[in-house]
Amino acid sequence: MMDEQYRLTDLHLDVLEEIGNIGAAHAATALSTLLARKIDMHVPNVELVSFDEMFEVAGGAETVVAGIYLRIEGDLTGNMFFVLPLDSANHLIRLLLSESYKDEKCDPLSNELGISALQEVGNILAGSYLSALSDFTKLKITPTVPSIGFDMVGAIVSYGLIEASRYSDEIIVINTQIEEAGEARDTSIEGRFFLLPDPPSYQTIFRSLGVL
Amino acid sequence: MDVFIKEVVRVGIADMNVVGPGGTIRTIGLGSCVGVVLYDEMKRIAGLLHVMLPNSELAKSTDFNKAKFANTGVPALIDALEAKGARTSALRAKIAGGAQMFQLGSNESFRIGHRNIEAVKEELKRCRIPLIAEDTGGTNGRTIEFDTETSILHVRTVNKGNQEL
Repeated sequence: MMDEQYRLTDLHLDVLEEIGNIGAAHAATALSTLLARKIDMHVPNVELVSFDEMFEVAGGAETVVAGIYLRIEGDLTGNMFFVLPLDSANHLIRLLLSESYKDEKCDPLSNELGISALQEVGNILAGSYLSALSDFTKLKITPTVPSIGFDMVGAIVSYGLIEASRYSDEIIVINTQIEEAGEARDTSIEGRFFLLPDPPSYQTIFRSLGVL
Repeated sequence: MDVFIKEVVRVGIADMNVVGPGGTIRTIGLGSCVGVVLYDEMKRIAGLLHVMLPNSELAKSTDFNKAKFANTGVPALIDALEAKGARTSALRAKIAGGAQMFQLGSNESFRIGHRNIEAVKEELKRCRIPLIAEDTGGTNGRTIEFDTETSILHVRTVNKGNQEL
């Protein structure tokens, strides 16, 4: 199916990897500024995967996560997710609202203010990612207001597969992980960006960067 | 001592499968997708379909996976159940899923859960299969497992507890 439109070469994958690189680097900087902490970014992973494999990449279909979702419109269309393990989401909210959460027993995720703070962080990070992507490709990219959900990976991420599923049973995922530098696993913040362009938008990306 | 190991058949997204007497069949992480269970209670044979989209007219190619769409998936599952020994006239249905996980979305994904539910029900009606129970809509994800021993559909959610249909 993908092959009918174009063959994905290493050069194409390199371009998509660079997009993940530039986007997530800006998002990591934004988060670092916001928290006054050092945030590391992992090398992006670009893969053509089945839908079930996509859930595995995001932590497993039944794993409960915090997911921030934006629909992307403009020259480039697609879906974007920022997915955090629940522990990370809780930890992030505590750092943002430290005054309100001195009581360790209080669960930030059960609190309206905590949830809206996390949604706003998701908005800032995704905005940084996408504006960097827009600068790089010179494409107009307008994200929708983000929505947030706390649920199983399969239930959340499948939302981003609907458009792609009209074309085939596979999807190209641009996956970048950011992580708080040098912290122990149980207290660190980690999250993953998943950029899932709609299939017709790959042509647009490649053309904008002259690698069609 | 007899040791019974129950057969558990797993079904992925846009996929379907069938299970014989004594086994269970499950699919995990349903959001806007709908899980459709068809079963022959007396023969203890069941099939499960994990529908992603309402209608195959949405497909951009003619060579598509039937299990992905409600209108092609239900008849395909009936065929698979018949091949396994179930009687089409005895088939009953239980369905779950079709949530709206996010408040905002594209034209295509907006209310896709609701459209999936409607399309599944319409196809069941067309195939003359009675719908016995459903847990559909809402805003939460679901994991479902059907037990051929009891004909009970177990529904697990993260935020809304569990129930048996």
